[in-house]
Amino acid sequence: MSKILEKEFFSKNVVKIVLEAPEIAKSRKPGHFVIIRIDAKGERIPLTIAWADEKKGTITLVVQKVGVTSAKLSKLNTGDEIMDVVGPLGQATHIEKVGTVLCAGGGVGVAPMLPIVDGLKKAGNRVITILAARSKDLIILEDQMRGISDEVIVMTDDGSYGKQGLVTAGMEEVIHREKVDLCFTIGPAIMMKFASLTTKKYNIPTMASLNTIMVDGTGMCGACRVSVGGKTRFVCVDGPEFDAHQVDFDEMLTRLGAYKDQEFEAYQKYLQTVEA
Amino acid sequence: MENIADYLKAERSQEWRAELRKSMKAKERTSLERVKMLEEDPNVRNKNIIEVNKGLTPEMAIVESHRCLDCPDPTCISGCPVGINIPKFIKKIETKDFLGAAVTLKETNALPAVCGRVCPQEKQCELSCFYTQKLKKSPIAIGHLERFAADWERNSGKMSIPKTEKHNKIKVGVVGSGPSGLAAAGDLAKYGYDVTVFEALHEVGGVLKYGIPEFRLPNELVDIEIETMRQMGIKFHTNFIVGKTASFDDLKAEGFQAFFVGSGAGLPRFMDIPGENLNGIFSSNEYLTRINLMHASNDEYDTPVISGKHVAVIGGGNTAMDSVRTAKRLGAEKAMIIYRRSETEMPARNEEIKHAKEEGIIFMNLHSPTEYYGDEKGRVKQMKVQKMELGEPDASGRRRPIPIESSEFIVDADTVVVSVGVSPNPLIPKALKNLKVTDWGTIVVNPDTMQSSVPEIFAGGDIVRGGATVILAMGDGRKAAAGMHKYIQEKITAN
Ligand SMILES: Cc1cc2nc3c(=O)[nH]c(=O)nc-3n(C[C@H](O)[C@H](O)[C@H](O)COP(=O)(O)OP(=O)(O)OC[C@H]3O[C@@H](n4cnc5c(N)ncnc54)[C@H](O)[C@@H]3O)c2cc1C
Ligand SMILES: Cc1cc2nc3c(=O)[nH]c(=O)nc-3n(C[C@H](O)[C@H](O)[C@H](O)COP(=O)(O)OP(=O)(O)OC[C@H]3O[C@@H](n4cnc5c(N)ncnc54)[C@H](O)[C@@H]3O)c2cc1C
Ligand code: FES
Repeated sequence: MSKILEKEFFSKNVVKIVLEAPEIAKSRKPGHFVIIRIDAKGERIPLTIAWADEKKGTITLVVQKVGVTSAKLSKLNTGDEIMDVVGPLGQATHIEKVGTVLCAGGGVGVAPMLPIVDGLKKAGNRVITILAARSKDLIILEDQMRGISDEVIVMTDDGSYGKQGLVTAGMEEVIHREKVDLCFTIGPAIMMKFASLTTKKYNIPTMASLNTIMVDGTGMCGACRVSVGGKTRFVCVDGPEFDAHQVDFDEMLTRLGAYKDQEFEAYQKYLQTVEA
Repeated sequence: MENIADYLKAERSQEWRAELRKSMKAKERTSLERVKMLEEDPNVRNKNIIEVNKGLTPEMAIVESHRCLDCPDPTCISGCPVGINIPKFIKKIETKDFLGAAVTLKETNALPAVCGRVCPQEKQCELSCFYTQKLKKSPIAIGHLERFAADWERNSGKMSIPKTEKHNKIKVGVVGSGPSGLAAAGDLAKYGYDVTVFEALHEVGGVLKYGIPEFRLPNELVDIEIETMRQMGIKFHTNFIVGKTASFDDLKAEGFQAFFVGSGAGLPRFMDIPGENLNGIFSSNEYLTRINLMHASNDEYDTPVISGKHVAVIGGGNTAMDSVRTAKRLGAEKAMIIYRRSETEMPARNEEIKHAKEEGIIFMNLHSPTEYYGDEKGRVKQMKVQKMELGEPDASGRRRPIPIESSEFIVDADTVVVSVGVSPNPLIPKALKNLKVTDWGTIVVNPDTMQSSVPEIFAGGDIVRGGATVILAMGDGRKAAAGMHKYIQEKITAN
């Protein structure tokens, strides 16, 4: 059991949750994630540890409402308990000083980017962060990112805030302006695919943090498998970060849709019960 | 070894056993027919998850126990990996002392109700039974009788909680709650240690919970055993991955003196053939975990599963049988086993193969998949399979399958479960740099004590054997507990 100590909505569909998890708070590093199960009938879903406070023994998750479990999670309140939280899982981000690093985060992917940006900056890199979303109300963590990045560029699809355009437009702008040594991208799979294609053109090494469907998160089932450089890898134990230029994003997108019909149906059913 | 033989002899010459032997002529005993397990109707059970075997009635068990000759040289015992005193427990049944039979089983086997259900008896005790070896008749139904005695004890409400030595306040850790970990924890608690079992998943039980289905091993049964262990003072810490949530060093700093690692062989293998990452293709671990651990086939639970009309399961082991029989229960019209050798080489228990056939499973032996094809949405719809023939025996002693050229054909399959084996879980070896492992990733131990190259770490079960059986895992756990006890006591006396 892990207690929710704090909860705050970043936007209509994105919620920050601070959980009591002292052991995980102590062991986790940037890039790690946890798997949670809300209650005895719940499913196990992976969520990145956005940040942690070792002294207070807490971890912070930032969750976007996309289906049943994330919706249930966003409905819980301070004081409520989550039945299972396990972690930290995955390989920590490899952070070293390389020069200039471009961090392109889309939607809720901005949250897991935060500790990476922080780590990169502390390692002595120049860090340029791009925050991208469909519209202004979906941009999250801008102030925090401004506090730790050398520069922040905001991109919205509809131009309601920052510059109008996709994340890739922002990336091109930076790449044309100055030498970029490394790129990180975290966000929806389709965004990472195009971010990766963009940096490939310029031969800039790029890491993507993959968000495949998972069950156990310990390498036991293979639900999370992806093709990287033609080889099958398990995201939960070999990742979640991989060389983006080697990732078969099309296969990953197809695999993310494996349960689309069931998820949709379950979500409609859930919405009906919640509204009723 | 000698004192075990002496012990068995002394037990056998006890008056009640001698009397019993005289009470019926050997000829009469051998003329009895082997008991038949009561089973659910195949066409009913292949649509639900009710346990297939219903157990023996007391009358049936007593008749079967009369078949046992109480041999002077009980070869059956040498076939049992944990050396259960088989004739003694069977003779207890003959005297209607069913609880006494259960106590006898528990002298050497921590989970008889589990083993009575899942051990490959036909390759162990029943293979070395005098009936099989010398009389060329059906062996005593040792497994059925084991299950009977254990179930009787459980249902009697008189389950004994094993006695534990005075609590010595020394902390020891057990990593993994599969059969090896449970057996080690049980014995360590008996020696008086303060035992904590760490389990990565949210449920205790390892493969017994997430792998072996309800229709073969009801979860409730495992839970009762675990409850008994809780009452012995054993602590269970779920959602805790040793090497991730905390390191061995963290735990040592908290006072843990020694560890048993029973982390299993959890990593699924795939075949690395084209199309294997299409949707609808699972490892058996994923398929069974979704159903058994996450209850995906029950609408009240949130986890989804895909299970189609034409399900192909690749492999011939217990895991394959469990998957294919599960698929049938989830409504598959055609549930097929695709196995590259013939039935003789199948590693699955005989009973599972028999049950699968009764339930309408299609067996395509001597076939192997070479490629999968998907529909426009990326879901598997067909597979190419190749015919095989058997060549010379390979390293495992089984005849090697050889592909027959130009024999490929297409089979419709909208769900595929790949069940071609597992590799050792690398979490622990990765977390401990100086731990000696084999090229296959199994932990190297001293076979007498189960001690690894790191003195305070002992290991057993699938992480050492690379995939074996419940009973072997439990045997390892018990041996390791004895090894740990000796190690800790020696350390204490040295200081
Ligand atoms: C390593 C890792 C870290 C993650 N970190 C975060 C995080 O910090 N915050 C966050 O909000 N989400 C994160 N995710 C994604 C999150 O796990 C999914 O959004 C969640 O499982 C959806 O569950 P659901 O029941 O609410 O929705 P579902 O009903 O299961 O799915 C609804 C929709 O979401 C898509 N979806 C389902 N599962 C995933 C998935 N695993 N990843 C992406 N899309 C999915 C489906 O295609 C579907 O369209 C992470 C995923 C991984 C693998
Ligand atoms: C589907 C299936 C059917 C089978 N049928 C039979 C059968 O009929 N008869 C038979 O004899 N055998 C059968 N087997 C084999 C048998 O189940 C195994 O040999 C046995 O379970 C091995 O026990 P174990 O204790 O070594 O590991 P496991 O049962 O695999 O348990 C290991 C546990 O350790 C946990 N773990 C791993 N790493 C860590 C860590 N770092 N920290 C904390 N926890 C960790 C895992 O989550 C897991 O719960 C079957 C196996 C499967 C998969
Ligand atoms: S989630 Fe099961 S292996 Fe990665």
